[in-house]
Parts: sequence; structure tokens; C-alpha cells
Amino acid sequence: MAESDRAPGPPRNASPPERGAPASGSAEAVVAARGLTKRYGRGAPAVDGLDLTVPAGSVFGFLGPNGSGKTTTIRMLLGLIEPTSGTAHLLGRPMPGSSREVLPHVGALIEGPALYGYLTGRENLLRLDAADPTAAPRTRRERVGTALERVGLAAAAGKKAKAYSLGMKQRLGLAAALLQPRRLLVLDEPTNGLDPQGMREIRGLVRSLAADGTTVFLSSHLLDEIEQVCSHAAVMSGGRLISQGTVAALSAGARGRLAVATPDTVEAVRVLKEQGVRGLGVEVPEEPAGTPRVTGEAPGAEETVELAELNAELVRAGVRVRGFGVERASLEDVFVSLTGEGFDVTG
Amino acid sequence: MSPVETAPQAPRLRGAPGFLGSEIRLTFRRWRTVAMLAVLAAVPVLVGVAVRIRTSDGDAAGGPAFLSQITNNGLFLVFASLAAVLPFFLPMTVGVVAGDSVAGEAGSGTLRYLLVAPAGRTRLLAVKFAATVVFCFAATAVVLLAALVTGVLLFPVGDVTLLSGTSVPFAEGLSRALAVAAAVALSLVGFAALGLFVSTLTGSGIAAMATTVGLLMTVQILGTVPQLSAVHPYLFPHHWLSFADLLRDPVYWDGLLRNFGLQGLYAVVFGSAAWARFTTRDVTA
Repeated sequence: MAESDRAPGPPRNASPPERGAPASGSAEAVVAARGLTKRYGRGAPAVDGLDLTVPAGSVFGFLGPNGSGKTTTIRMLLGLIEPTSGTAHLLGRPMPGSSREVLPHVGALIEGPALYGYLTGRENLLRLDAADPTAAPRTRRERVGTALERVGLAAAAGKKAKAYSLGMKQRLGLAAALLQPRRLLVLDEPTNGLDPQGMREIRGLVRSLAADGTTVFLSSHLLDEIEQVCSHAAVMSGGRLISQGTVAALSAGARGRLAVATPDTVEAVRVLKEQGVRGLGVEVPEEPAGTPRVTGEAPGAEETVELAELNAELVRAGVRVRGFGVERASLEDVFVSLTGEGFDVTG
Repeated sequence: MSPVETAPQAPRLRGAPGFLGSEIRLTFRRWRTVAMLAVLAAVPVLVGVAVRIRTSDGDAAGGPAFLSQITNNGLFLVFASLAAVLPFFLPMTVGVVAGDSVAGEAGSGTLRYLLVAPAGRTRLLAVKFAATVVFCFAATAVVLLAALVTGVLLFPVGDVTLLSGTSVPFAEGLSRALAVAAAVALSLVGFAALGLFVSTLTGSGIAAMATTVGLLMTVQILGTVPQLSAVHPYLFPHHWLSFADLLRDPVYWDGLLRNFGLQGLYAVVFGSAAWARFTTRDVTA
């Protein structure tokens, strides 16, 4: 993709100018769910009382372990399944009632790509474009060609889709979401099956789309991916939304970790415990030549011990300190502290 | 970014032609469809060749409807072939296409992308039904053409003696053959609607096809049980063979009209059922 890493991307052909001051409060929400609930049969609800607000222009990361209700939520937002209760608004219109008016402005990749294997990549897109009643037939080929180029598939457009690799299918799915200039892109695991280079390209594409003013709603299980591209994030667990906000605010909520690299782990743990450091643990390096690390909760601003003091204590006790520092909390730490479980555990 | 207030203007509404064209191309591009049409085309050829060989043996032709007339007039191969494929073979192919129509898309996951395109559930269903009806006509046309070509090549043609004994010129016989084919194609509309309904019930194309074809078999068997004669007039194949009435002079419309009425009734009932089901269904595939 040519335009991948262009950070503040030039405005696309007819990108609408900023219209005055941004509208206030909830009017700006591109996605607004209130008490959204889906219950299959009599079991526990798949999605339970979800209140979700995606601000216009944001790149919104949607996180959660497998089975936490992310896909069910996305399907309800897109009008594919009917909520048991609660409401969902997309671009200010109720769903699924306004599907016909809203969905032409929404591009979506839901639970991976699905293609007609016996059609070529280009024919797949032509069919999806034909399914959109607002798409002018005269410019169909042009639109499809542009979308194929955008995801780097132009050279393989004439191949049958069943011969595509998973990464190519994923790209074709993305191309379908980009057939029209969209106001909202819903991307469920967009980098699934892509090689690292492809992932970078997709991230670049997401950034350039966002720079053009498209709101991107991105679900992913790759936390560093969310951290790299998203401005906002929400975390789901067991069908409930447990946190949402800007990525910066979410990360700030979690404490950093103190890490001490030292061969004298037993002594270091003893000293740090004496100094009141909680959550201590020892990480043994995989290679024999490496240095073990002692980690614990970094002392917060309100606590009495200071970092420099801790280090001095360690040295005074004869601990050979090879590295000392506080590691910033990652989104993963936030996630683990919020859900109380490893990320890959099925909820 | 554009504020939400300026958001979705009502899109220009277009009919389905582009989408219908896409659907029809999709149907006829599949190997399965081509194979079924090829087999349908083979039936008249096989019948024609068999009749030709048997009669050159000096064996008097007999058997099913129209078969004995083929040696006198090749045009009758059209009627004999349609009569041969109508009870099972032709509707079976329709059952495959109709049964797979929605369920196949659900099974492959393409249904969710069509719906967010947004194809519109009612529009999608209408396009699927229309494409299935187009297939009914195409399948019948294939039998007609194959029979016509085989008949003309293997047998003499000329004035056509109708079932009522009157003789009409070949040209009129030909137009009656076209009318017969159209009547046969329309006979399949009710079954096509039934298949579409079944197709909205499941997310598996195979299951929907098997169920639809299974229903055809069941109904055909029920139609042969005399104890069930009370329900026979309501079974969709009951008036299928009425197409022969187009070969009378004057045309005997009673059975034909009853057939079309019954097909229309099936189309309305099962079309509505399919609509009711599909427009409220959760698409989770």
C-alpha cells in the first residue's frame, strides 16, 4: 500500500470540511449503545447491559477475551441480530431500524472475511458493490479497482478467491469495507492471518483513514496493536463492559512495575519486602547467561518510600544491582487488572 | 470528520436490477448449475437416440406420453422430454438452487456481508426468488432446446397432429412447444418458493437442499396414495401434467389455470413465510 504510513494523510477527494465547532456531548457519538443486551435462550446473556459510546473521529479499540461478547455486540450494532433489550444508535440513527440509511456509510469486517471461492477477488467486490442500492453502477469497476489497490491486491484481483491465502482474504475483506468513503469502519480482528509486514500496512491504513476523519471501531486481541493505533478503548469481560475511555487514561489507571535485574534474587526480595514493596515475584531468564529479575508494584506518589531510596537499600545490603527501573503499565497490565485473568482465558 | 447531524442522507433508492444481474450471473457461474443443466440437456438426447434405435429395430414404440409420436414428428421429443423430467428431475434441480439460495450464503458467511452492504433483507429475498424463477425458465429452456435439436436431427418434422386429432402447421406446433415450456417453468414457481422458505430456516446449504428435495419426493409419493385423494388438489405437483392441455384444439384451460393458481398460492404463502422468517432472524453465521 502506497499510502500506508502517511501520518496525517491528505484529505481525500471530497472529505467534508470541519463544520464549525464540534457538536456537544452525546451528539458526537458515532456509536451509542444504551443497556444493550442479548440473551440466547435462557442461559447467561452474551452481552449484558452494554453502554458504549464511540466518539466521532476516534480510533476505538474494543478489547476482551474470547467469548466476552465482542462479536455479538458488533453484530447488534450492524443490525445483524436483534437485541433482547436496549438500544443501539449508529451515526445517530437507531439500529436495526435505519439499516438502509446508515449502513452505506459503514464499512465492516466481521469475524473474518467470507468470500465466494469460485469468483475472482474482483468479482467478489463487484457483487458486494452491486448489493448496495446506493452504489452507482456506472462507477462500479472504478470503485472496485481503487479498493483493490488500496489494500495491495490489484495484482491478484483476477485470481479465484479460493486460491487466496488467509492474509489475501483478509485484505479482500478490508477492500470490501473500503468500497465507498465511509464515516465508520467496524473492523473485527483486521490483522488476523497477516504477516508482520501486512499488519504494519493495515495499521498504516487505519491511521490514514482516521486522519481523513473516518471513525474506526477496531476489535483485536493484540493489545500492543490497540495501544499503537487507538485513541480510545473499551474492555469487555463476560458480556459486560468493564471500562472505557482514552487509551492514555486507561493506562494511567494501572501502576507501573518496578523491575530489578540482579543475580541475588533472594536477598533482593527480602530487602524490597522490608521496604514495603508489594506483589513481589522473580522472573528467571530463559537463557542461562541472563540475569534474573525481581519485580513488584512500583510505589505510588502517595507512598513514603522513594525509588532512589529503594536502590540505595539494595546496594547497602550487598545486592548486585544490574538494572533498576520502573516499567510503564501496558494496556495488557490494565487488561489483566480489570478482568483479573490472563488475556487468552475464555470468559 | 462530519458531525452526526449531517449524517446519512436518504440514499438514492434504486431497484434491484444490478443486484439481480449479479445474482443471476452468480447462479449460472457455478459448476453445479452448469452440471445440472448439462444433465438436463442429456435427457432429450438419450430419449431421442433410444427411440431411434428401438424403432429401427422394427419395434413398435410405446410407453410413456408422447413417446410413440416421436418417430412421426421430432417435435414430440420436446413434449416427451418435458414429461419425463417434470416429475422429479427438473424440480430437483430447482430444489438445489432454491434450497441453497439463502442457506448457502449463510453457510459461507457471505450473507452477513451482503446484509451490511446493505442489500436489505426484503430486497435480498426478492432477488433470490427472482433468480430462482429465472433458473426455472433456463432449465426448462435447456430441455426444450436440446429436445428440439435432437428431434429435428433424428426424426422427420412437419405438420403436427394435436392430441385432439386436428393437424396444425409446424410453425404453430413450435409456438405450442414454447407455450408448453413456459407452462412447465411456471409449474415450478410454487416449489421454488417452498425451497426459498426452507432455505431461510437453516444456515447449511446442504441441509436446505436435502430438505427441499426430500419434500419434493414426499409430496410426489403422497400424490400416488389414493387414500389421500382429499389433499391431492393442494399438492404443488397435482396439476403439473396439465401442460399437455396446450396441445388440444381448442386449448383446454381448466387444468392450466388451476395449476397457475396453485403455484401462485404457494408462492404467496411460502414467500410470505420466508419473508417473515428472514426479516426477523438473527444472522449469526
